[in-house]
Amino acid sequence: MKGIITVLGKDKVGIIAKVCTYLADNNVNILDISQTIIQGYFNMMMIVDISAPAKNFETLVEELQELGLSIGVEIKLQHEDIFNTMHRI
Amino acid sequence: MISRVEVQETNSMIREMNLDVRTITMGISLMDCAHEDMNVFNRNIYDKITRTAEHLVKTGEDLEKQFGVPIVNKRISVTPISIAAGGVKTNTFVPVAEALDRAAKEVGVNFIGGFSALVQKGFTNGDRVLIDSIPEALAVTDRVCSSVNVGSSRSGINMDAVKMMGDILLRTAERTADRGSIGCAKLVVFCNAVEDNPFMAGAFHGVGEQECVINVGVSGPGVVKRALEEVKGKDFETLCETIKRTAFKVTRVGQLVAQEASKRLGVPFGIIDLSLAPTPEIGDSIAEIFQVMGLEEAGAPGTTAALAILNDNVKKGGVMASSYVGGLSGAFIPVSEDHGMIEAVQRGALTLEKLEAMTCVCSVGLDMIAIPGSTSAATISGIIADEAAIGMVNNKTTAVRIIPVIGKDVGEIVEFGGLLGYAPIMPVNAFNCAPFIERGGRIPAPIHSFKN
Repeated sequence: MKGIITVLGKDKVGIIAKVCTYLADNNVNILDISQTIIQGYFNMMMIVDISAPAKNFETLVEELQELGLSIGVEIKLQHEDIFNTMHRI
Repeated sequence: MISRVEVQETNSMIREMNLDVRTITMGISLMDCAHEDMNVFNRNIYDKITRTAEHLVKTGEDLEKQFGVPIVNKRISVTPISIAAGGVKTNTFVPVAEALDRAAKEVGVNFIGGFSALVQKGFTNGDRVLIDSIPEALAVTDRVCSSVNVGSSRSGINMDAVKMMGDILLRTAERTADRGSIGCAKLVVFCNAVEDNPFMAGAFHGVGEQECVINVGVSGPGVVKRALEEVKGKDFETLCETIKRTAFKVTRVGQLVAQEASKRLGVPFGIIDLSLAPTPEIGDSIAEIFQVMGLEEAGAPGTTAALAILNDNVKKGGVMASSYVGGLSGAFIPVSEDHGMIEAVQRGALTLEKLEAMTCVCSVGLDMIAIPGSTSAATISGIIADEAAIGMVNNKTTAVRIIPVIGKDVGEIVEFGGLLGYAPIMPVNAFNCAPFIERGGRIPAPIHSFKN
């Protein structure tokens, strides 16, 4: 099972470090990262493996959201199915 | 592999264009709750609803988190009470409505539909008791929704019921006069009512349905509007193609949520209702879509054609995205729930007569329209008869949800709050139709209903 993490917000030091540390602590493996800065805005997408996370999916969603709030960015974790069903037949 | 562009597209639909799943509605049969004693019957339905729908709201909330898409409403529809409670020895079904209201509050759903009667061909004793209980039931409950089907293409129109409903609407309005006559916002008069509609206030769990079922209503006027902004000035083929593509994507999200909800709740999946349902929020409006299509306001010449295009292409895009499509499936045009429609009424662009014409090509009918509280019962019945005739002859669902606002007149505003929005009071044709309505009886089914 895969999840998609998107991070949006003003660029600053340590965003990736904080997200990655959280994921490592919760046994979520990162499969792919792509990141750009558009006009000072940090825009990251991660594909992660959520087959055996330490916590349930809803808790990860909430905690990542809180982590985002604490560093001033928006962090969203979604199940990959929403993108697959919308864009793939 | 999922691409960044796709992820961004989906998330901007959710964040900026109000993409949501409008409702997960659980249909529950109350057929096995029958009992002649009112107290036992009420206990039976309360127990069954609270047991069956115990995890509905929590499941909806979990799915919101899982997919990151808002699921706005979680609701319940039940077997029409005139049938389910037909065996109860009583002269009022108000206590049943109260039991439904308690059950809805216990499980946390915002509406429960099915305080309903199907009288297209005539009344049972239960139907009469139910209809007579509507004004009181809608006044003493908060979450109960009621509907009455007065006609069908197969049976014609029950004009006795049409006459009766004019009076019932007024009584319901009077009974809730202190709250902007809000009772009428929870009461729909149908022709060709559907059995699997997940949208309120007209939802009920039809008698041909199974024990329990999950129906899902998708939405997304904002997404369609944004997509059409990209093709401004292009020809109709491009316009239609764009609506179709957008409707497909929106519906796929609904299908995913419906399947997952069905799996988690252990309840079979019924249908997806492909409807564009507006909300009072800016950017979530059907009228704004008309404007992007090239009309100055909803109601301008061309509006009926624009709505026909919208309705048809939402269906064409949606049917491929879902394995079962049902319910009302089309575009809703409730006035009070769409700020663009409200503005069109206030500017004098949109009249009751134009709305009636629009109902010939969209999914429902005269929806959430406020009229003066001084309107006569016969005039309201006349409006219902016209709408029912459109439905009967065109083999489509039509409905009337109009609110005669007691104490208010044309030009004033009534505020319902929340998803129900607010509405300017619209003028009604003042010429008399009472002798026509007084005739009573039944309008026979139209010739093209004889298909066997």
